[in-house]
Amino acid sequence: MLAFILRRIGQSAFVILAMAALVFLSVFAIGNPIDILLAPDADQIEREQAIVRLGLDKPMWEQFFVFLVNMLHGDLGRSFVHGSDAVHLILGRLPATLELAIVALFLAALVGVPLGVIAGMKSDTWVGRSIMTGSIVGFSLPNFWFGIMMILLFAVELQWLPSGGRGPTGTLFGLEFSLLNPAGWPNLIMPAMTLAIYKVSLVIRLACAGTREALLQDYVRFARAKGLSRTRIIGVHVLKNILIPIVTVLGLELGSMIAFAVVTETVFAWPGMGKLLIDSIARLDRPVIVAYLMIVVAMFAMINLIVDILYSVLDPRVRITETAG
Amino acid sequence: MSATLEVKDLSTHFFTRAGVVKAVDSISFSVERGQVLGLVGESGSGKTVTGLSIMGLVDRPGRIVSGSIKLAGQELVGLSERDWRTIRGRKIAMIFQDPMMTLNPVLRIDTQMIETVLAHADVSRESARERSRQALSRVGIPSPDERLTAYPHQFSGGMRQRVAIAIALLHDPELIIADEPTTALDVTIQAQIIAQVQKLAAETGTSIVWVTHDLAVVSGLSDRLAVMYAGRLIEEGPTAEVLRHPHHPYTLGLLNSLPINNPQGQPLNQIPGSTPSLLRLPPGCPFGPRCSHRQDDCASAAPPETSVDHGVRLRCFHPVARQGALA
Amino acid sequence: MTDAALVTTLPPVETPFRIFVSDFVRNKIAVSALAIIVVLALLAIFAPWVTPQNPYDLTQISIFDNMLKPGEKSMDGKFFLLGSDEQGRDMLSAMIYGLRMSLFVSATATAIALLVGVSMGVTAAYFGGRVDTAIMRLVDLQLSFPAILIALILLAALGKGIDKVILALMLVQWAYYARTVRGNALVERRREYIEAAQCLALPRYIIIFKHLLPNCLPPLIVVATVQVAHAISLEATLSFLGVGVPITEPSLGLLISNGYKYILSGKYWVSVFPGLMLLLTILSINLVGDHLRDVLNPRLKA
Repeated sequence: MLAFILRRIGQSAFVILAMAALVFLSVFAIGNPIDILLAPDADQIEREQAIVRLGLDKPMWEQFFVFLVNMLHGDLGRSFVHGSDAVHLILGRLPATLELAIVALFLAALVGVPLGVIAGMKSDTWVGRSIMTGSIVGFSLPNFWFGIMMILLFAVELQWLPSGGRGPTGTLFGLEFSLLNPAGWPNLIMPAMTLAIYKVSLVIRLACAGTREALLQDYVRFARAKGLSRTRIIGVHVLKNILIPIVTVLGLELGSMIAFAVVTETVFAWPGMGKLLIDSIARLDRPVIVAYLMIVVAMFAMINLIVDILYSVLDPRVRITETAG
Repeated sequence: MSATLEVKDLSTHFFTRAGVVKAVDSISFSVERGQVLGLVGESGSGKTVTGLSIMGLVDRPGRIVSGSIKLAGQELVGLSERDWRTIRGRKIAMIFQDPMMTLNPVLRIDTQMIETVLAHADVSRESARERSRQALSRVGIPSPDERLTAYPHQFSGGMRQRVAIAIALLHDPELIIADEPTTALDVTIQAQIIAQVQKLAAETGTSIVWVTHDLAVVSGLSDRLAVMYAGRLIEEGPTAEVLRHPHHPYTLGLLNSLPINNPQGQPLNQIPGSTPSLLRLPPGCPFGPRCSHRQDDCASAAPPETSVDHGVRLRCFHPVARQGALA
Repeated sequence: MTDAALVTTLPPVETPFRIFVSDFVRNKIAVSALAIIVVLALLAIFAPWVTPQNPYDLTQISIFDNMLKPGEKSMDGKFFLLGSDEQGRDMLSAMIYGLRMSLFVSATATAIALLVGVSMGVTAAYFGGRVDTAIMRLVDLQLSFPAILIALILLAALGKGIDKVILALMLVQWAYYARTVRGNALVERRREYIEAAQCLALPRYIIIFKHLLPNCLPPLIVVATVQVAHAISLEATLSFLGVGVPITEPSLGLLISNGYKYILSGKYWVSVFPGLMLLLTILSINLVGDHLRDVLNPRLKA
């Protein structure tokens, strides 16, 4: 078990290193790093100072090493636009993005699981087929356009919900969360639904396939032979079995939700780190871009690591096959 | 007094895209109170579908097309799903082949037992739990209190089957359908389970339909024996009589292919060929093409059911002569 | 004449392709979706001949015609079926040109990605050992990050441009093809017909191209269909975020992005119509892909 965890940590470290090299190469090595790292209006003296400060006169591998050491110290440069430390800037926006992603994940599970289970139970009927076709529509909806359509309908036409922004928040441990303040909920609804829609389709597919498979299993037949009601069989015996893979997949999808929040946050002017990234790209605020990429890559490696370890700890059957195989 | 189970002219067909599969074709038998019926046949002979029909568990595209199933006089065919539920698990219980698959892997044993009690009895959770605990100790599971909170994968195969039996016995059913419950187990465990079931059935007067492909298992266990082939019952009678004097060439073939009935060092006797596809049955006797006693009339019409001596029913034009059995 | 009559009376040969076609046409939704794809593709290809105006030609558009509602006529009597945008461009024309751009970028990226991915997959499967490990590690690394993140990294570093978008869309796809081809090739490689071909001492490239690849084709088609739809969606998303194609030649995503500015003032047509066209395109491809998966998957057929 310990060997497994250590090996997985090693792999994660390698992934971060590889991505750091990639980011380093694409941002520092392609084009003139001075143009990239300094504000465009910097004068000649500033440029020369920067070359020495950044060690650009040194060989490439040494530069990469310095980049890595700085990264480990949490130093990825200062934002040109905001003038503050890039890492802090992004971490300050992290709660908003995390909140959005997690609410969307729960939404995806709450909507997707029941629909998928129904589709799996009635796979031969028009109900089941409609749900499955609906899930293809969900996969096909361009996310940002769906968001715009939501704004058009609920904010412009019906005027039920605000069109963007985060609204009032509540504070916990010094961090701001919309969930803690009911006045902020209307602002959260549309972004969370938009971010969730693709995952809803994914969950429907998983739940449908899982239900169809579970219904063929002997334990369902045995449960029926025990005289259990349909509700009990579906709600307990089938659901509990299909939830394990669904929760795993959703956990893994948290990372992709955070990445995809870039789009949703842009549509709804949600002040998260994704919006910050797009603004920074538009303003060529390179240190923030680099910091965002490295932080997200690290988060990804962490999430994958945690899910892998949790999975091997939680599911008794995985442990058995691990030791047997 | 009527028998515990009376099956009359039962036909269960599967309506597949390729055609109608007559998995069970007009079979009749009955089981008296406290008796064990051995339902024997190769895979695909319809024995499992017979068991599922009695449980009302035949799923689309299959359904019971005709016949009657009476449990202590009550007609089961045509019951609504709601009424079926009051029968299943309470009056008829079922034990399945593979104990690895029948218990839900992600639910604790107590959950799976208590829900069964509560499905049919209006009792508190505590008394349901107590009843589950007693059921576990009744089937010989040591320290039932601890085992109740365990998950299925923490049990061995034999122990799991005991748990399944304990669940089947929770409501002292009138009938248990045992679908090859020992096939997946080691031989020593097999014997233990069989002895356990025999003892419990004798104690409670429960009747048993024991579905198996293994004549050796049911020979020591059952009171009557029913042999199925291609969806039909081809021979049925008292176990001792059928074993001593098999009338149907197929029954004889089954007996002769048991290793114990073969001299050591010689190749095993076997029935040539394999079971026919139920989609394209020959017009005559379904066993005809493989039969060593085949004559011309076997191919023209299926043999009707006839009664012979000693309470044996038979479907064969040219039965085996009485002395031809275990030589 | 008699020969022709003879030929037509012969029963059709049951080739795998025929079986596939007859299986495919059984689903009406998928067939309609395929028809829609064909129509959209034809519209895109022949855009200069079918559109009322050339939205890139500044002599044909007039700023006085800007933000006309759908069905309105301009002062000089031109009819705007789907309205016009802020520069006075006919929306319908702009959408068809936008579709042309979207399809061109995605199809080109997919074609290159197929070439790269298939080569990598075959290489990994055929040579095995370290080559295989190296390629598959790269594939795993790539697939553990969402496509949009990789595309953003790339475009943030390289800047805008059609060629850069194509490169980004190619980069996020190739790994899927490599994995699919390698997985299938490994299975196929152990089949007897490959051994037979090896015993005949056929050159490697013949074994790969005539024997291995055709058998990897069905799953590859399914994956490629899904990926094309994905690429179209991703391109639109990148253009919406402002890191995609340049403003001078707007794709559907950029058109929607332009319309986004007018949403709050209720001028819906600039973003609604291009979005519907985008949805129709992606949905049709996905419906075809979904059905292809059912038809081409031998496990489901049994």
